[in-house]
Amino acid sequence: MSKILIRGARVLGKETQDVLIDGETIASVGSGLDAEGATVIEAEGQVLLPGLVDLHTHLREPGREDSETVLTGTRAAAVGGFTAVHAMANTFPVADTAGVVEQVWRLGKESGYCDVQPVGAVTVGLAGKQLAELGAMHDSAAGVRVFSDDGKCVDDAVIMRRALEYVKAFDGVVAQHAQEPRLTEGAEMNEGVVSAELGLGGWPAVAEESIIARDVLLAAHVGSRVHICHLSTAGSVELVRWAKSKGWNVTAEVTPHHLLLTEDLVRSYNPVYKVNPPLRTKADVMALREALADGTIDCVATDHAPHPHEDKDCEWAAAAMGMVGLETALSVVQETMVETGLVDWSVVADRMSARPARIGRLKGHGRPVEAGEPANLTLVDPAYRGTVDPAGFASRSRNTPYQGRELPGRVTHTFLRGRATVVDGKLA
Amino acid sequence: MMRHLISAADLTRDDAVLILDTAEEMARVADRPIKKLPTLRGRTVVNLFFEDSTRTRISFEAAEKRLSADVINFTAKGSSVSKGESLKDTAQTLEAMGVDAVVIRHGASGAPYRLATSGWIDAAVINAGDGTHQHPTQALLDAFTMRRRLIGRDTGLGQDLTGRRVTVVGDILHSRVARSNVDLLHTLGAEVTLVAPPTLLPIGVGEWPCEVSYDLDRVLPKTDAVMMLRVQRERMNAAFFPTEREYSRRYGLDGERMARMPGDAIVMHPGPMVRGMEITAEVADSDRCTVLEQVTNGVSIRMAVLYLLLGGNESEAAHQAQAGTHSPRSEHSASTASEEK
Repeated sequence: MSKILIRGARVLGKETQDVLIDGETIASVGSGLDAEGATVIEAEGQVLLPGLVDLHTHLREPGREDSETVLTGTRAAAVGGFTAVHAMANTFPVADTAGVVEQVWRLGKESGYCDVQPVGAVTVGLAGKQLAELGAMHDSAAGVRVFSDDGKCVDDAVIMRRALEYVKAFDGVVAQHAQEPRLTEGAEMNEGVVSAELGLGGWPAVAEESIIARDVLLAAHVGSRVHICHLSTAGSVELVRWAKSKGWNVTAEVTPHHLLLTEDLVRSYNPVYKVNPPLRTKADVMALREALADGTIDCVATDHAPHPHEDKDCEWAAAAMGMVGLETALSVVQETMVETGLVDWSVVADRMSARPARIGRLKGHGRPVEAGEPANLTLVDPAYRGTVDPAGFASRSRNTPYQGRELPGRVTHTFLRGRATVVDGKLA
Repeated sequence: MMRHLISAADLTRDDAVLILDTAEEMARVADRPIKKLPTLRGRTVVNLFFEDSTRTRISFEAAEKRLSADVINFTAKGSSVSKGESLKDTAQTLEAMGVDAVVIRHGASGAPYRLATSGWIDAAVINAGDGTHQHPTQALLDAFTMRRRLIGRDTGLGQDLTGRRVTVVGDILHSRVARSNVDLLHTLGAEVTLVAPPTLLPIGVGEWPCEVSYDLDRVLPKTDAVMMLRVQRERMNAAFFPTEREYSRRYGLDGERMARMPGDAIVMHPGPMVRGMEITAEVADSDRCTVLEQVTNGVSIRMAVLYLLLGGNESEAAHQAQAGTHSPRSEHSASTASEEK
């Protein structure tokens, strides 16, 4: 394996250092490192982060390869600076057996752009009735530790309790899509003044908050780990903060779009803004940012949800929910968290790499940038300013809300175990 | 005038008064032996109805035919839509046929807005009701009816509804008629009060430009026009109110309640009425009830909207309205206005 010297980067945004990669690992970190025999990357002004880890990606394969495949999704992930992603279970067939999770895991291995860690379904067919073979998925080659019916809420309290208890046997975590189903029947956007004005079905904040309240209590009761997917309301933040203050094993994530976009955009009736959970109010956005900054929310997760053009180029009610996010996540976090002064880059590294890797019990990722660690790294140029053009996306789908919008920052290089997957912003 | 009519909220006070005044002119056509103008001759209008609505569709069709438009009726049932064709494909098919205007009724809120703004079609778009969002021509015909009854057919020309007190009663939550009326009546200067059980009022209604009450009896004595909305029976299964009987007792309009209204106050209903639930037969059949006038006025309003969007000369219409001149649109002048556009 060749050597690569990254010269003059700000490691986690703090100090200017040289980082020498030798083979699959970081050989040394310091000043004035010997470049002999190494490919040199001049990285002055750039920030070197541990490779980003996404806890919440929809890769769509198997079943919806017209939206995304493991290959196209991992290419998009690499462009976005990710070295590992967790692939959600709502595929066709559902990833509720050892066979399907192994298939996804092997496709990830073959892609070579990014490690793919499958998420197993909590219940058979995501139907919420019967536990899937959680142990078999964990024991498979995929080694599943995160289980989620994402897209659907495990709304039956008994099933949720049993899942939380059962995964303790192999240190698993249940990632809950918190959505009380009866309170969100016919829901199309955040419930409030805007939904009343637009005549769109309201998705009340309490539908998310009531499930979170129940699940943190259940997790505390059985002494298990619960992870709350895509927090979207200020009330949800308060519940997670309260649960953590009790010392309970609760973690939570927020998407980049919930850190930036508000429900006012729905006035355009443009389905590119249709997402689940829905875009909320400015007050919710500010609460989410503060919670991510103070660590109440553990990590940023993209909820990358690719859809083909025809599934979005229609009236609001008929449109699919979700937006792509892998390739723009870091830029949105830079704009909403770093440039607002809420956090520095070392916190970004914690929230987008270390903590999601820890929650997913993912080895070799989310590690500090130190000698002897796996060379999973992301190099970012924070001074870059560019207009988002989805035509250039590596993802198979283009359903981004940021088309034509200027966002800061650019991933210039991504390294997966010492091998460059992205060079100068382009796939290697 | 604007290019499309999507929401009553988009209308300025002057726009709205112009439509009402133009509708007054159009209403005179109905008094003629030959109820037809050549204004939209050679223009093609499609009534694109994805949702059942006999009354509104026929009203638009009558308006279009009185203006001599070529009319195509498209209903989703049994069409390519039921085979899975999207709104976009349907729109583009119509565009390829050279349609000038699309009157759209759709069960999804925002569908007419998408049709008008997504570049799928070049034609004028008129919202004939979308989901629980808007039904602007219904609000216009309601305002027209109020102006005629409360101010007068001729004296109302050029006038808005400043100071008139309107009460809307019933299922506000699911009603596009209520939303459209609140927007338009506020623009026209009326004071609107919504009356419903709290379960049938939308979250955020406090931000709307109107008052809200749960007590119909308290509001009625201060009402010039009360608009009863239909309560769909299927709502009862969703626990919006305990029983039909209780709803009727608290929010229904019977003769006794009607007697508490001022002597010249009117009772309105967008139809179809469910007699016995939200309105008794005694009230529905009384002289104060304007239901059939609303139907008649609907044709005039829709003629005015089509005329102004597709062929009308605004300044001419405004001038004529202000002057209070009698039907300026002789068949010849209306035709000329259309061709000049």
